Amino acid sequence: MPVLHSAPKFASNEGVIDTLTGALGSMLLSAREEHGEIVLTVARAQIENALRLLRDEHGYQQLMEMAGVDYPSRAERFEVVYMLLSLTKNHRLLVKVNAAENTPVPTATRLWPNAGWLEREVFDMYGVIFSGNADLRRILTDYGFEGHPFRKDFPLTGYQELRYSEEDKRVVYEPVKLAQDFRTFDFMSPWEGADYVLPGDEKAAEQATPPPVEKPKVTEKKGDSGAGEPTNGKASEKASKGSPAHKTTGESEKDAPKPTESRPDKAPRQESAQDTKGATEPKDTKEDDK
Amino acid sequence: MSMQLEESPTTDGEIVTNYTINFGPQHPAAHGVLRMVMELDGEVIERVDPHVGLLHRGTEKLIEHKTYLQALPYFDRLDYCSPLAMEHSYVLAIEKMLNLEVPLRAQYLRVLFAELTRICNHMLNIGSHVMDVGAMTPNLWLFEIREDCLNFFERASGARMHSAWFRPGGVHQDVPLKLLADIAEWLDTRLPTLFEDAMSLVVDNRIFKQRNVDIAVVSRDDAIAWGFSGPMIRAAGIPWDIRKSQPYDVYDRMDFEIPVGTNSDCYDRMMVRVEEVRQSAKIMKQCLAEMPEGPISSEDRKVVPPKRAEMKSSMESLIHHFKLYTEGFHVPAGEVYVATESPKGEFGVYLVSDGTNKPYRCKIRPTAFSHLQAMDFMCKGHMLPDATAILGAIDVVFGECDR
Repeated sequence: MPVLHSAPKFASNEGVIDTLTGALGSMLLSAREEHGEIVLTVARAQIENALRLLRDEHGYQQLMEMAGVDYPSRAERFEVVYMLLSLTKNHRLLVKVNAAENTPVPTATRLWPNAGWLEREVFDMYGVIFSGNADLRRILTDYGFEGHPFRKDFPLTGYQELRYSEEDKRVVYEPVKLAQDFRTFDFMSPWEGADYVLPGDEKAAEQATPPPVEKPKVTEKKGDSGAGEPTNGKASEKASKGSPAHKTTGESEKDAPKPTESRPDKAPRQESAQDTKGATEPKDTKEDDK
Repeated sequence: MSMQLEESPTTDGEIVTNYTINFGPQHPAAHGVLRMVMELDGEVIERVDPHVGLLHRGTEKLIEHKTYLQALPYFDRLDYCSPLAMEHSYVLAIEKMLNLEVPLRAQYLRVLFAELTRICNHMLNIGSHVMDVGAMTPNLWLFEIREDCLNFFERASGARMHSAWFRPGGVHQDVPLKLLADIAEWLDTRLPTLFEDAMSLVVDNRIFKQRNVDIAVVSRDDAIAWGFSGPMIRAAGIPWDIRKSQPYDVYDRMDFEIPVGTNSDCYDRMMVRVEEVRQSAKIMKQCLAEMPEGPISSEDRKVVPPKRAEMKSSMESLIHHFKLYTEGFHVPAGEVYVATESPKGEFGVYLVSDGTNKPYRCKIRPTAFSHLQAMDFMCKGHMLPDATAILGAIDVVFGECDR
């Protein structure tokens, strides 16, 4: 597919997968190229060796970023993604490992000092443990926070909220109380794989599986279908040639009002509005009588 | 960390201990909410432990619950000093997944305003860095320029800071011709006068040099190992600029130089930014000279909503408009990591799509994370007041660092 987008253009991916597949050997589980990105999946136990090989032998000098991703349906639900950058080759690489909550990932802090905070963040947000990281504290969440907020099963609103209490003169933590229900709109088209019952359409969901039939109904003869004889060609003809002609008599109905367009122009206002104030007030009828 | 005890010969055998202080979270030189636990030996810093996350808002999680277009304004609120540069990475990531072509005029407009953002950001950083080490006047003068920039943003998008003007497929609205003319005039007259005046007070100033030269020298190898980017890696003498080496939009047509430092200290970092402002002005002038006429966003109606006037007469346009503003567009499944050269360094977006109308995961690579992490080794052995100079030269903004 030709490249149409104007996103950053780094060096060609050509041959990179072949070279790295050969170099990484059994450490590599899979390699693919998608959307112009090379994604390598590496065995978890071997990630440190694989990253060292990529850094020292293949010129990927910088670890720019680490990301955690949560796929709750998988047996090992987390993915840790390392974004590597080669300043000399001008190339980028995504290296992945899979991990579960109880399977530690070997640390990369011995290779890159900045991996320390990146691993702390993945640990904080997802609860992936990095063995060998000497300083695996929480980093972004509050002091004393519990849970791992970026997991897919962690609610967006969280569990705790804090406010300043005027009575206690300090900040207090309380369970989250929402003034209105959390609103999620699902704008996915119902015919594009939505797996829920549409509001008001509960009957359709109940009848989704038709009741079992002992003897399936078949129509062997024409008469059994109840359709009767087929119609002849005359049936498809149009009954009329078109709509009846609209007649105009040229005479208007009796007592019909005049068209408003022909109303004569109003006489221009003589005085300014302030002078007409008396006209809007109720008249004293007694004075009129005199 | 245990306290270091030592017998001092000058205090008659009395035990002198290192002491630990909190720098921040409410400190004017911390550029936001940064708490640094510092261990001091007298006035010399022994150890720094930066505590970040005080401004953590869970942006990445919020984005997972929004459609691709609804998630865009969150990017303005990351680095609120250079909002358009944040949007740039995100829209390019979406376009890369969709393989969407952006019209040439939109690419020029994006580069023009990305560079204006760079000037705007550097005005704030240079100004506050200078003020952190004791000078008041340049900051006030530089804020004049920043005010001009914000007015230009307002005239283009309607908002001074949180523009939400870069959209997947182009930009939101075309700019008036008068705005481009005014920017051109501003680049020729007002910017050089104000900026060079302010810089003439700073760059050769004795006090400024005393506070910055030879402070926090980082070797080339350290800069690479710590994942430095942007002015921080260029000050170390490595001519690495994503605009040049991995050009996006129309940067490959632009003619500009990459300034590099020689000594890799705080002074070099500042001076790299000063020169970048001049180069940005050069890029902007070139954009204005070459910008073609034409559409400002993609004609692909499955991604970019139609014009209002089109909707009045075309049923199909009306349907597209409704679908795009309710359901949004679907992005093919896959994952990309797109990084652009924000004013502070490499700003990346790692976007995972599962084929629906919402991002499955959107990891934001803040520039400050790697730089701030190196505070410990950059500060070691320096005096306490140097910490503010080092922090100013990093150019850290916590909206982006904490996300």
